[in-house]
Amino acid sequence: MSDVLVAGTQITLDDEGFLTDPSEWSPDVASELAANIGLELSDEHWAAINFARTDFEENGETPTLRRMAQAGGVSTKEMFRLFPKKPAKKMAYVAGLPKPVGCV
Amino acid sequence: MKRLLILGSGTAGTIIVNKLHRRLPEDWEIHVVEPSREHLYQPGLLFLPFGRIDPRNLHRETEAFLPKGVTRWTGTVQRVVPDGDKVELEDGTVIEYDQLVIATGTTPRPDQTPGMTGPGWRETIHDFYTYEGALALWEALRNFEGGRLVVHVSEMPIKCPVAPLEFAFLADDHFRELGIRDDVDVVYVTPLSGAFTKPVASRRLGDMLSRRRIELETDFYVERIEDGALWSYDEREVPFDLLVTVPVNMGAKFVGESGLGDELDFVKVDQGTFLAEGYENIFAIGDAAALPTSKAGSVAHFAADVFVENFLEHIAGLPMTRRFDGHANCFVEAGGGKALLIDFNYDTEPLPGKYPLASIGPLSLLKETRANHLGKLAFEKIYWNVLLPGRPMPVASEMSMAGKIPADQIGDEL
Repeated sequence: MSDVLVAGTQITLDDEGFLTDPSEWSPDVASELAANIGLELSDEHWAAINFARTDFEENGETPTLRRMAQAGGVSTKEMFRLFPKKPAKKMAYVAGLPKPVGCV
Repeated sequence: MKRLLILGSGTAGTIIVNKLHRRLPEDWEIHVVEPSREHLYQPGLLFLPFGRIDPRNLHRETEAFLPKGVTRWTGTVQRVVPDGDKVELEDGTVIEYDQLVIATGTTPRPDQTPGMTGPGWRETIHDFYTYEGALALWEALRNFEGGRLVVHVSEMPIKCPVAPLEFAFLADDHFRELGIRDDVDVVYVTPLSGAFTKPVASRRLGDMLSRRRIELETDFYVERIEDGALWSYDEREVPFDLLVTVPVNMGAKFVGESGLGDELDFVKVDQGTFLAEGYENIFAIGDAAALPTSKAGSVAHFAADVFVENFLEHIAGLPMTRRFDGHANCFVEAGGGKALLIDFNYDTEPLPGKYPLASIGPLSLLKETRANHLGKLAFEKIYWNVLLPGRPMPVASEMSMAGKIPADQIGDEL
């Protein structure tokens, strides 16, 4: 756990760099977090991020790739294009949501 | 009379029928809907492709595990009508209920991945979570002389999430015994970022893969199977001579069609009580429920202990006083006559230590031992004679930290 200054705001990150409190998130924070992992946010990124945040508020869980495709209208192929290699994790990171739970 | 209707008599359904039958008030009757006349010992399917279990011993009559006085309907559920407190079967039968328990499990769905059930299905492309699949794979392995064996997980969650790892370990062992290990490349392909989900177990199981020269391909989301290869959404290609895949797992179709399910048709429930979201008389237990723990028989068993006590309170009009902690434990067959044991819940990842008694064991957690292997084999008798009939098991349903080494105190030996 560490406190860092991102986009002029004090926020708390867990050991893997994920926000611990989704309410500390702001669009500016998102842009800076995205830059950390080499992403520049396009309108398509924002559509995915906004759906994920709304969905999290309603259901209390970070949406899975399957949910992004079925409920959020962002296909898995798109998700891999927008957030290469590890889309679910990278999207959660940028959207300030908990790392998706890989169900055991 | 009031009616408890249970959909499904697999592991979870059978356990709760037997436990509740002895405890329900006299003005309650139990009805069960189940399409299959035979109950399959699913843990045995892992051993079948290697010829290490007699296929004739895997099935028993479902009826034999249902107590007298329970009404049995042979059929498949079409849909639940939650607002009408009734269930419709495919043959048109309508069954009313006062309380409903959905225990229809999870099913492998090879149809969900393009190309999986194409020309190579059950020839070069196999699953082992069905009896027919495991039998066909037994045949394929007998004829396999070398090449690339790819063990693959399509999407989480899957039933018994350690089973594909066990399959890889046993395959390594099998090819060694045949003296052809050097002629085989074994590759493990997973959508996860490591061998397993949680850090400590993932590290330990990842080490076990590399010690066996099993290649690990992570973050791989299969889009299609084409020309003898798995293709990911980001266009990575993993060619195979023999593919052993775990298809996408989904709950029963009626769950989604009745408005009770998530994207995979698992029932959305309260994690502690299994009450379906928005209802006071619908529960889901076992693999059918959307819970952040393993889909496994051990979870069904621990969950049943909690559920039965809660249910009796619930129908008496009292608040349910127990909450399930997500407790799971699984033997992980490692090959060479050894196995690991993992024990965990919603909040605590699998850790090393002793089980069930602190420092005594006799079973060791996250460590390959002969005792764990014998435990896994002994489980078959326990399953039929103790677990299914709902008799008390000598282990606590709630997970305990006693005997476990906390994650931050684990040394380099792991």
